[in-house]
This record gives sequence, structure tokens and C-alpha cells, in this order.
Amino acid sequence: MEQSRPILVMRGVGKRFPGVVALRDVDFRLFPGEVHALMGENGAGKSTLIKVLTGVYSIDDGSVEMAGEPVLFGGPAQAQQAGVSTVYQEINLCTNLSVAENIYIGREPRRLGLIDFRRMRADAGDLLRSLGIRVDPGSPLAAHSIAVQQMVAIARAVDISAQVLILDEPTSSLDAGEVEQLFRVVRQLKEKGLAIVFVTHFLDQVYAIADRITVLRNGSLVGEFRTADLPQRDLVEKMIGQELSTLESLDQQKPALREVEAGRPLIEADDLGRSGAIAPFNLTIHEGEVVGLAGLLGSGRSELARLLFGADRSDSGHLKVDGKNVSLRGPRTAMGQNIAYLSENRRADGLVEELSVRENIILALQASRGWTRPVPRKKQDELVGRYVKALHIRPSDPEIPVRNLSGGNQQKVLLARWLITEPRLLILDEPTRGIDIGAKAEIQKLVVELADGGMAVLFISAELEEVLRLSHKIAVLRDRVVVAQLANTEDVDADRIMTTIATGVTA
Amino acid sequence: MSAVLKHRLFWPVAALLVLLLSNLIFTPGFFNIEVRQSHLYGSLVDILRLSAPLLLVALGMTLVIATGGIDLSVGSVMAVSGALACLYIVHQPDQGAPGTIIVACLLGIAIALVLGLWNGFLVSVIGLQPIIATLILMVAGRGLAQLITEGQIITVNSPGYRFLSAGYWLTFPFAVILAAVVVALTVVLTRRTALGMLVESVGGNPRASRLAGVSSRTLIWGVYVFTGLCAGIAGLMATANVSSADGNNTGYLIELNAILAVVIGGTSLAGGRFSIAGTVVGALLIQTLDTTIYTTGIPAQTTQLFKAIVVIAICLIQSPAFRAKLRRRPAAPVAPAPAAPSKAEVSL
Repeated sequence: MEQSRPILVMRGVGKRFPGVVALRDVDFRLFPGEVHALMGENGAGKSTLIKVLTGVYSIDDGSVEMAGEPVLFGGPAQAQQAGVSTVYQEINLCTNLSVAENIYIGREPRRLGLIDFRRMRADAGDLLRSLGIRVDPGSPLAAHSIAVQQMVAIARAVDISAQVLILDEPTSSLDAGEVEQLFRVVRQLKEKGLAIVFVTHFLDQVYAIADRITVLRNGSLVGEFRTADLPQRDLVEKMIGQELSTLESLDQQKPALREVEAGRPLIEADDLGRSGAIAPFNLTIHEGEVVGLAGLLGSGRSELARLLFGADRSDSGHLKVDGKNVSLRGPRTAMGQNIAYLSENRRADGLVEELSVRENIILALQASRGWTRPVPRKKQDELVGRYVKALHIRPSDPEIPVRNLSGGNQQKVLLARWLITEPRLLILDEPTRGIDIGAKAEIQKLVVELADGGMAVLFISAELEEVLRLSHKIAVLRDRVVVAQLANTEDVDADRIMTTIATGVTA
Repeated sequence: MSAVLKHRLFWPVAALLVLLLSNLIFTPGFFNIEVRQSHLYGSLVDILRLSAPLLLVALGMTLVIATGGIDLSVGSVMAVSGALACLYIVHQPDQGAPGTIIVACLLGIAIALVLGLWNGFLVSVIGLQPIIATLILMVAGRGLAQLITEGQIITVNSPGYRFLSAGYWLTFPFAVILAAVVVALTVVLTRRTALGMLVESVGGNPRASRLAGVSSRTLIWGVYVFTGLCAGIAGLMATANVSSADGNNTGYLIELNAILAVVIGGTSLAGGRFSIAGTVVGALLIQTLDTTIYTTGIPAQTTQLFKAIVVIAICLIQSPAFRAKLRRRPAAPVAPAPAAPSKAEVSL
């Protein structure tokens, strides 16, 4: 494989968005007949790289070569004509049309100016058979599972142009059997000499199918590796990275050594679970305790948090607050139990962007009081002023729309929203993602202070250093299962947790 | 000055003023207001009086739109409420008795509230898309109104009922006072409690609002009931104005004018921030336009088209994007073309 010439080479690719460098000097090469996994945590730049390649975004620095010729695509359609097809996680096919119509939509075989449906079905049948997909081409696409729809999308992409096929997280909604089905098709295509880029979060799948792995982190290239030479543990380490130097302002000492007063158990989850989201787990959180959740993206971290907040309903087990069974019917009941949840997705699940900073901060408190008991304006100004100052929210004018703030300041606004409700359990889901180092350090310091004040904190982060620094106890998740719970003692380090994530077994 | 220009009500108010002034060309005494028999008279007073039903409907529509919804059934609700009130009046021996009129009004408002509850139920509990949920009542409500009037036009002979629309109180038209009171109460209800903010929050980001503990279901249900109430009062006014209830024509197409008034007033159809002051200006603007069209003697068959053109012009001039385009037009060509292959060669 090495001896053949690469079909695709990207060199020194850079891409900037206002205020963010999304890609910095990234190299990527792809050979015919290989499956090449593109790996990295959220925000690593995987999808930006794909979009730069297929012309969705323009390229700021660097070059793209296909079969030795420099190319620059104006958009996915141009890329497809040149032989680069992409199949996305969300299938963009028309489920109300038949399988054959979906494959030939926009380029239907014609006879006397009219669509030749008979030939279309016959051609589609041949194409599907050649890929080993057994589906009646005349049947409506909606009648088939997501996996089959995914394969139809692949068949269409391959039929249009067959040099480079990009699969952008094709397996995230498939079960194990369906993944195997899909992989059979992928292997066939590989044997036909296609170059396949496989974007995914699932480690096992990478090792099942990929020949080579390119890892990105924070928009930079970590490296290109042969799958056989890179143990899972090392891959995890390369994806997550170690940012030891970045937070020197914070005490390097582990808080576990700060001697927790063994507070009373506040939250006890007993076989709590929700099928399809997170397997039943046991977890106890004490007052004044910081519990960290470690695991890769999609490992069930947020799903666990949402159960504790009642954002999703559990379908197994019990939850006790202060030793009493409670049933969380929704966020409101959880808030009644003094549980607060800072959601992972700031824009979709947190901010009301057109409302002011003040309104965003006051929202949860106001919602819990109901509309008939407004927080008096004077009280609002006082509370908001106090938190704007304490959390160093900039700009400090609380009347400007929250959308005008930077990511870090928006995050602090959301923190303030929950802090003024005076919660006993504060769930922080990726509170430091996508914000600058300064704001990050401030938030970490705040967590320590809050816990010292007796608040229980559930801290979720993809960055192990951060989890290790803040948590008294760490729960490790892998593939939607809590695989281990470790007291954060001297001998627990990033290595050990990464091994646990990679293998599912406590080292 | 730039602060005035930037105010979000600047363009609607400017359009309203231009429209009012243009009437001077056709009606020299347009701005004359006089007091006859302690009643205010004049074209401006007429515009205010006639705009009252639209204003009420648009007021309810503002809150519905702020939650990200829409209510197409307001015209039909008007017809049902007016029809029921008129039906009750004509069956009383003394059509002018104050008791009769009060009961008639309460009946009309009660049925409007029930219809609002129904809309709110479909949207917030069943989860139907608002446009579909209220389309059901938009069609069915006309049928219900026809059923109440038995397909006839019910004519009432009740000066007391007519007072709702044409009467005067303290020299002001009663309809204007009523509309103003409802507007004022709504402002107090939304801005002196947390209602306004919570509605804007639900409309701005429903998912985030739910996670912040906002009870969006109750809130959304509530705004549809409120819209029903507003449409009910408007229905009483509209039927009182002509002393008759016509299941087919009362409030016909008023939903479109109301939506237009809300949008002209600066409330986004996508939900979120709403402006009651803006809606008031929007409603007055549309009524002024209607009045202007009548007084200028534009042939009846072309009024709709003329109105459409003016509305498009007003909407365009308000749109910041459109104004920016107008300004940019003489300058360099917009939107750089997608990078051509030649650029690749340069960068290599």
C-alpha cells in the first residue's frame, strides 16, 4: 500500500474563523485501497478538515492535490464530480422515494425525454448486488433501517464518483450488527481500490476496519499512524492530549489530598439507567465532594448527567436525594431538589441568545418562582451585579444581549444562572470546552471554592488533567457504561484512566 | 439623532407618519379634529376607532408569535364570539337592556376563551405545529359561526350593543378606550411580572428554557387562551360596528393583517423578543393604509393590489439587510466568487 502513490494529499492546511483557528498546518494523505480513520475529540478539527477538502469552506493556507494535480473545490458538488464523495451522519436522502430513485436522483436514465424507471431499477439492482447489499431497488427507502439507508447513500456516492469516499460518523446511530453489515460493504469498496476516509468516535470500530489513523487535536495534526502500530491506549492519549503547562496558576495538588470531610451522601443513584442512553449505574455524591466523569465523547457522560437532572426520564433504578426516593419528572422537579445542570451545548441548550445578560442569569431563578412572582428589579440588579463581578464577566454591562459575549463569558453567565439558584448539587457538563485558558482557570478555581463551601459538584470533562485536578472521585465511562469508580488518590493518574477508558478494565 | 434612527420603532413610525401626511394631498382637512356635542370627530379619530379590533387581535398575536407560534384562527374566533353574542341579544324581549348586553358580551368572551383553550391544547399538549393546529379552527370556526347564525346574517337592534364600537365615553370613542385599556393591561401583565421575559425565553430557545425550568407548556397554552380572549372582544366590537353578525365575513382575513401588524412592529416570526408598542404602531399603520385607500378613491378592484405594494415597500424599507444592500449597490460588486482553480496554482 505504501508503495502506491497517494490519491489525495493535503499539505499545510489552515483555516481560521473569526476569533478561532480551526485548523493549523495540517497534513493529510490518503492512498487508494485503504481505510483511513480521522480521529479527534470534539473541536479537534475533523469536520473542518472534511469541509475544507470538499469545498464547503474555502481554504486559508496550504494546498490540496488529487492524483498529483492541485485542486480546489468550489463546493461538494464540484468535489463529487472530481471523485470525492461524502456520506454524512444524517442521511440526506429522500426517504419517501424508492431506493432506486434515491440512487439516481438528479441523473435519472432517460428514454425519449422521460425517466426510464425500468432501467433505473435494473441498474440500481446491479449496483447494489455488486456491493453485496440485498435490497429491493423498487421498495421505498423509508421501509429500511438506518443502516441500509446509509448503505444506499454509499452506493449512490460510489456510483457517482469512485475515487475517494468520506464517511462522516456513519455508525453513530447503528447497532453492532448493522455496523458489521456496513463494514462488509466498506471492505468490498476497499478491495475495489477506493480510498476511504472514516470519521468516528468509536475506538473499537477503528481497530476493526482502519488501516491507518490520522489524529487531530485542537486544530493541529498530532500524527499519522498505522493502526497496527498504535495501541488503543496510545490513541486515547494522543486524542485527549496533556495540557500540563496551561494551568500553572492553579494549585497542582490534588484536591483529594485536601481531606474531604466525609459529608453526608446527597445523591444516591441506584441502578439508574435509560435504555439506549446509559446502562444502569450506581453513583453516590456526597456534600462537598467533586465527582469527575471521564470518558470519550459519546461514552454516555451527558446522558448520565441528564438523568440526574431529570432532563431525560430514567427507565430503571432509583434516585435518592438526602436518603429519600425521588422521581425526577423534569428539570423543574430536579431544581426543586436543588440540583442544577450546566449543559454541554452552550448555544442549543443553555443561552437564550437574544435576551440580555441579566435576563439569562435570572432565568432559572425566575422560572422556579413562576411568572407571577417576578424577582424585583432591584434584587435582579443586585444579584446580577454581584455575579458579574465575582465571575469577572466582561463586558460588565448586564443589559447587552448575551450573544455579544465571548464563549468564556457566556459560559460564566450560565454558571451565574445556576449559582444564584443556590444549588446543592451542581452538574457541570464540559464547562471549560471552547473557552480561553484564563476563563478556564477561573472556572476550575470556582469549582474548588464551591466544593469547599459544601456544594456537591459533578464535573464532566474530556480533559483528563482537569478531571484529575478537581475531583475527589472519578467515574470512568466507556460505551455508555460506567466501567470504574476510582477514589482520586496519589496513584491515580492520566495513564491509569486512559487505560481504563481504552480497555474498560481498571488497571 | 443616530439614537433615534437606530430605535427599533423608527422605521414603522416614520412609515406611519408618511402615510398620514400623504393623506393631506387628497383630504385637506385630514388632520382636523373637532369636538361636536362633546364627541371627538375627525379622520384621525376614525382611524383609531376602526383600528381597535385589529389592534386587539394583533396584541394577542404578538404574544403567540413571541413564543414561536402563530394563530390563524383569530378571524373565525371573532365570528363565533360575535355571532353568539348577537344570537343571544335577538332572542331577548328587550334587546337594549344593559343586562342583556352584558350577558351577551360574557357569552361571546366565554366561547372565545374555550376556543383559545382548544388551540392551546392542540399546540402545547398534543404538540401539533401551531400553523396546523390553528388552521383547524380557522376553518371549523367559520362552520361553527354559520351554525350559530343558521347561515343567516343576524341583525340586532340594540343601541347599547352598538355602543361597543360607535359609542363615546368622556368624549373618546368607547372602542378606543377599551382597546387602550386592554393594551395597557397587557403591558402591565407582561412587563411588570416575569411573563414577558419567560415568553421571550421560550420563543428564543425552547430547549434551553426547558432546561432552565421554565414551564413552557403552561405558558404556551396561556398565550393561546389570551389570543382567544382578544379575538373574542374584537369579535364583539366588529359585530357591534355593523349591528349584525355574519358568520362568513366577521373578521375575514384579519389574521393576515394582524400578523402583518406584529411583523411591522418588529417582532420576529421566529419567536423571541416582542414589542407591544411596535404592534400598536403596526396596527395603526395598516388601518391608516386602508383608510387612505378609501379616501384617495382608488378603484375598488385594485385596492388589494395597491395595499400589497405599499406593504411590501414598508417591509423592505424596515429591513436592515435591504437598506444595507441599497447603500452598497453603487460600491464594489458583492460576494467574492468561490475560489477558482487558478487560485490554487497561485498558492502552490
